[in-house]
Amino acid sequence: MSTAREEILQRVKAAIGTRAPEEPVAREYSQAGTLSEADKLDLFVSRLEDYNAHVYRCAAGEESATIAEALTARGKTKILIPPGFPAARLPAGPTFIRDTGLDYRDIDATEGALTAATAAIAMTGSLILTHSETEGRRALTLIPDYHLCVVYTSQLSETVPEGLRALAARRTSPVTTIAGPSATADIEMTRVKGVHGPRVLDVIVVSDK
Amino acid sequence: MSIRVGESAEAATFPKAAKKLLQNTQLRRNVRRATDTIRAKRAKVVEEMPDWQALRTAAQQIKKRTLRDLDTYLVEFEKNCTAAGGKVHWARDADEANAIIIGIIQSHNQKEVIKVKTMTSDETQLNKALEAVGISPWETDLADLIIQLGNDKPSHIVVPALHKNKSEIRQIFLDTMGLKELGHTPEDLAGAARNYLRERFLRVKVGFSGANFAIAETGSVCVVESEGNGRMCVTLPDVLITMFGVEKLIPSFDDLEVFLQLLPRSATGERMNPYNSIWTGVTPGDGPKEFHVILLDNGRTKVLADEESRETLHCIRCAACLNACPVYRQTGGHAYGSIYSGPIGAILTPQLQGMEHSTSLPYASSLCGACYEVCPVKINIPEILIHLRRKIVESGGAALTERMGMAVAGYTLADSGRLATVQKLVQIGRQPLDAIGLPGWSAARDLPEIPTQTFREWWKARGAK
Ligand code: SF4
Repeated sequence: MSTAREEILQRVKAAIGTRAPEEPVAREYSQAGTLSEADKLDLFVSRLEDYNAHVYRCAAGEESATIAEALTARGKTKILIPPGFPAARLPAGPTFIRDTGLDYRDIDATEGALTAATAAIAMTGSLILTHSETEGRRALTLIPDYHLCVVYTSQLSETVPEGLRALAARRTSPVTTIAGPSATADIEMTRVKGVHGPRVLDVIVVSDK
Repeated sequence: MSIRVGESAEAATFPKAAKKLLQNTQLRRNVRRATDTIRAKRAKVVEEMPDWQALRTAAQQIKKRTLRDLDTYLVEFEKNCTAAGGKVHWARDADEANAIIIGIIQSHNQKEVIKVKTMTSDETQLNKALEAVGISPWETDLADLIIQLGNDKPSHIVVPALHKNKSEIRQIFLDTMGLKELGHTPEDLAGAARNYLRERFLRVKVGFSGANFAIAETGSVCVVESEGNGRMCVTLPDVLITMFGVEKLIPSFDDLEVFLQLLPRSATGERMNPYNSIWTGVTPGDGPKEFHVILLDNGRTKVLADEESRETLHCIRCAACLNACPVYRQTGGHAYGSIYSGPIGAILTPQLQGMEHSTSLPYASSLCGACYEVCPVKINIPEILIHLRRKIVESGGAALTERMGMAVAGYTLADSGRLATVQKLVQIGRQPLDAIGLPGWSAARDLPEIPTQTFREWWKARGAK
């Protein structure tokens, strides 16, 4: 008796039959963006806001002050951070807990998480995390009810193809794309904010180019 | 070997089921309202994409290329997924898939599994198989939870509880979640689901998912979702089992850039859905320690063998064709007797499980072409429907009169004007239809018996919205 693997592959081969000549894929869709830096940034911010994320904009060097502002606005005092999040960007005041293999239940008991990102896409208002040392493992930005994400304009692409290609070397790390807080359209097809992932998403966009 | 697509082999024929559903005015109102909403949203976000047609063409070409060399891509996926620490299993049919899954769960001595919406597991009736051996499956997608708690059946491939409105959902939650009180807003209902499932997400050691895309080049899997329940299921458990049909492969990582633009806009009318998770094998220190993939055939290679209809396998399950279909919009999904409803269900179910089980489905259409127009991967559904009808005729599957009656059903359900015409015809005398043998077809399928009142109500309400 042949194994399921052999049998399925055999069926596939038989089903395909004679192979037609290979046809090229015409990638005639927009790949590179066309907007100016300023317009791209505006688009990104408006798309994020469209999906109920709150956006802060600041210049490079103002990260810690802006982080403080965002946390104060939400009344957060104890925040999780990934193991490699730069200490220099942390404001004085709130308590920051580095995630060094915390139990999921401990993460569940925290007020939120502060992380960096790998890339972002203006057109869809997406943040892309590849869960590096500054972004933390996946659970960190999933279990808590609040996510504060710091992203740089140098990481921002205009289009989806540009954004995904920016992952290049990191695409076999876990990848999470985030567009707004968790939501559902399951009740009468209307987007309702906040189900299982963080119900509140704040984004700090830092201009560094 | 038997191919099973949920319970569809035992389901009533389309006209019989449709007749019954057409009398449920609440259900029809819910379906109409939901599909109206989603169609408007889709139209808006598709319109803002000047390159939409180019994306559709690229998607079609990528899928075609995938199927052309599917054997190569499957082996490539297996190699790369295995190299990254995943374990790949192959399943010829539903029973084989369920047995593999049960074996994995039992080898860890677990009694529970958390699940994110997976069409293939509905296809194999996994939940039933798990329960039979004492394993509890927890559905975590809000709509699936509504279906599971309400002991109901899915009626839509993206929003399975689309036929339920807010207050009906609230009642189900009140009855089954042991809540003392529950608010009336959608936010309250989402909050109740969050609380209900949170403890399970943290406790259960085995997760189960499907995949929207599996990338041969990297051995990665991609799950597209909104609520974060998918992220929970693929991240928190120690053991993750992911099952998908062999046609879910795409050749390269870059191909995602096409589908991740087409799918959210087509499915929920969003520029991007809140979350996409892409992972490759096992990542030390992040997520599950053990990862299993099950590559499912269950009839797909049969579909592949028919050159004229194999593009059915291009489907990315966005449900745009359901929302656009004038027949689906009247009957809802249950009439199709399968987890795959609407135009895609009408072509997929019969091909997967064999035409003899679903001879009426390819007739559940007026061939108006709306499905083809919205399909993000350009599947020519009307052409495939005609092809399948021809196959049914050739195999002597359905009696001539039955086929005619069903064709009339599809035609009239699609358009109120046509319904009136047929009704007039029948008022003049049932003879024309009777004469060709419709009595044998039973009154239950006799289209003119659709309550006119209800239909007019429907039409008026539609205009008033
Ligand atoms: S057939 Fe096309 S429109 Fe219908 S669900 Fe599949 S991809 Fe979407």
